[in-house]
Amino acid sequence: MDTVKVAEQGIGDIASAAKDQELTEQYLTFFMHKEEFGINILSVQEIRGWEPVTPIPNAPRQVLGVMNLRGTVAPVIDLRVCFGLEDLTYDDATVVIILNIRCDSGMKVMGVVVDAVSDVHNFAESQVQPSPELSNREQGQYIKGLGSTEEHMVILLELSEKLIFEEAESPSLH
Amino acid sequence: MSVDLSQFHQVFFEESNEGLDIMESALLGIDLENLDSEKINEIFRAAHSIKGGSGTFGFQQIADFTHVVETLLDLIRSDQFKMLSQHVDLFLQSVDCMRTMINQIEDGKDCDLEQAGQLKAQFENILANLDGDSDSDAVTETKNDDSSSDDISGWKIYFKPDADILRTGNEPVRMFRELEELGRLEVSADLSGLPDLASLEPEACYLAWNIRLFSSAERAAVEEVFEWVVDDSELSIEPMAAEASDDSKFEDPSQADVVSVTPVAEVAETQVPAVEKVAAADSQPKAAAKRETKTESASIRVATDKVDSLINMVGELVITQSMLGELGKDFAIERLPSLMEGLEQLNNHTRELQESVMRIRMLPISFAFSRFPRLVHDMSKTLGKQVELELLGEQTELDKTVMERIGDPLVHLVRNSLDHGIESPEQRVAAGKDEMGKITLNAFHQGGNIVIQIIDDGAGLNRERILSKAIENGLVKESDYLNDEQIHDLVFRPGFSTAAEITDISGRGVGMDVVRRNIQELNGSVEVESTPGVGSTFTIRLPLTLAILDGQLIRVGSDVYIFPLVSIVESIQSYDQMIHRVSSGCEVLRLRDEYVPIVRLWDIFNVKPDSEQLEDGLLVVVEGDNIKIAVLVDDLLAQQQVVIKSLQDNYRSVEGISGATILGDGTVSLILDISGLIQLAGVSREDYKKIVPEDGSQAA
Repeated sequence: MDTVKVAEQGIGDIASAAKDQELTEQYLTFFMHKEEFGINILSVQEIRGWEPVTPIPNAPRQVLGVMNLRGTVAPVIDLRVCFGLEDLTYDDATVVIILNIRCDSGMKVMGVVVDAVSDVHNFAESQVQPSPELSNREQGQYIKGLGSTEEHMVILLELSEKLIFEEAESPSLH
Repeated sequence: MSVDLSQFHQVFFEESNEGLDIMESALLGIDLENLDSEKINEIFRAAHSIKGGSGTFGFQQIADFTHVVETLLDLIRSDQFKMLSQHVDLFLQSVDCMRTMINQIEDGKDCDLEQAGQLKAQFENILANLDGDSDSDAVTETKNDDSSSDDISGWKIYFKPDADILRTGNEPVRMFRELEELGRLEVSADLSGLPDLASLEPEACYLAWNIRLFSSAERAAVEEVFEWVVDDSELSIEPMAAEASDDSKFEDPSQADVVSVTPVAEVAETQVPAVEKVAAADSQPKAAAKRETKTESASIRVATDKVDSLINMVGELVITQSMLGELGKDFAIERLPSLMEGLEQLNNHTRELQESVMRIRMLPISFAFSRFPRLVHDMSKTLGKQVELELLGEQTELDKTVMERIGDPLVHLVRNSLDHGIESPEQRVAAGKDEMGKITLNAFHQGGNIVIQIIDDGAGLNRERILSKAIENGLVKESDYLNDEQIHDLVFRPGFSTAAEITDISGRGVGMDVVRRNIQELNGSVEVESTPGVGSTFTIRLPLTLAILDGQLIRVGSDVYIFPLVSIVESIQSYDQMIHRVSSGCEVLRLRDEYVPIVRLWDIFNVKPDSEQLEDGLLVVVEGDNIKIAVLVDDLLAQQQVVIKSLQDNYRSVEGISGATILGDGTVSLILDISGLIQLAGVSREDYKKIVPEDGSQAA
């Protein structure tokens, strides 16, 4: 009888834990220019070191080129360019996060270049504030909200297919 | 047990289309003088499967139509009806009609019953006449085992199927329903074979049935219902002379168990879901079919031997892999030779595996050829010509995608040969040829290509007529001298037709240019050779597969691009005197008697080259859409076969780029699209025309 009770309790625990987790999402966070950004970990396929890519002619500025991902040809986008950041370095610490991005025609695999990856954080819905009005900036469309941990703020992103279509603003405008 | 029948629809469509192909080719092969019973049986079997399938899946219109076709076929099969050539045509029309109906259902549309109705009426007409004529024959035959068909009020049937009947996919209820169509039916189940619940196997059939059919139907009609199961069951069909007199005898087999209402209800119960299923299938074909048309080309039928060889190969690969793994565990430098050997093996197996996988996509070209006997048969009749068709190399294999897209150009070329090539019997006799014309379709492999030839022994291309027509259309000038090859090439130009009058078959002047474009889209080429009075040969060259391309690697600055080898005309080092500067930065290369616009790849792609000077680089003359351009590159690298990868899958389409590939060192290289480059460079057809002839005359 006791074991049954324990088991029941166990199930209850799991259920309540699941309830708690319902509202939290895991984010992979990374740095771009000392600012910490986060992206839903479910869309992350893998993380790779920076390697030179094959440039695509007449591509938007942020599209660096295409890479060979074990036989799949995937575009590589410099997310720093998308966010109007300057002083782009490509060295051993530079990483490419391979993402699965949902779009009209299904899933697209693409790599985004960032300065460094940082951590994985849980953010409950309550910890996420809506982003300030950024409608005048096109990169505003990729910002889902601002998450805060004990120490600092994380800019949570929701990336879309538009990354490969729209010409990023030139940094000289800032 | 409810099964969603719609999941089998695609299979039914495929099988039915195969069945129709079988019927068609068998019909075309029929020799009316000496009827081959095997051929008739073949046709009959195909029709019967289609009827059975369509009935099962609830496509009643097809089942009904096929039924009359089958009835007549059955009479022919049993020599009760003499088949004439008009009947062959009628059957061919019905094959078309069934194909249309099946395609309509597949597309989720309602069947167009008009044609079916007309044909059905014709069949019924024949059958009705027949009943009058050959009744005596038919009756005498049936009389052998029956007393007389007149005093038979019906049939008494004892049906005890094998326990396995349900597993083989046969459903007694369906048979009863079919019997019901013949007349009033009384069915009672014989439960004597039913075991107790403990030993009952749910999938086995323990029941037997006593059936009383009140119908004037002939024995054959009743037997037909059981045709599929007769070998696996105990079946007795006896005539029922007078209804009442035989009653006691009839009850006999069932006396073991009292047949109450319950088993009947049981039968009814099993029947209900079946009916519902059919109804459900009926109501949803639209949605289902829509979904299926999308996935239509996604499935592929592969011969088992190909799969077997693949499995063998994978087995070998696994062995090699474990051997290498073993070697790696405690590797010492003295074992280097065996490592090398292992890697060599791995290399071989990988290549073989690649070839086998490619082979899966390969189908024999007979799939594309199979429609031609019919086409030639029909068309030669319409045109009043006598044509014999010869198919060679039907087993030559080519990629499924290429096959799907080569069908229409082939049809066009064959039609063209029939219409323009082969002369009328009178003309042929006058020219001292055999009355019967001949068209040969030949397919064979040559290098990494498949070559398809359409050869006719007709009049050949008329040089003078083509030339005068071309001058009339302004395609060439009267003063131009053209060699035979160039003249023959004119037939592929847009808006060109030499047919004296426009027929519904060809002569509208759209066509040959479309044929060439379609073939070029497949990275192939088409050319024609012709000898007046002897005939013409159209030769199509296609890559074996669309997934692999012969490429020429070129370099601009630090980037490597690939030209499809088929599009390259030649590569040359340019000299100053070959270059002419036409207004505003437009340069042309004088290439013998032609002027070709020069396109700088670094300029249109915005990349940094080694040198911007024309004389430092090489000019690659490429052709696309009948326009030639000379592309400036820094260097020519190797020629190699490359596997085409889509750029669109994860990125988007890029102008001037048709795809990407992965080179031996693992880097990605982009494959150039010639038509795209031409557009990107802003060389329009009008400009091209303007530059080429005008400056041609000026410079010369």
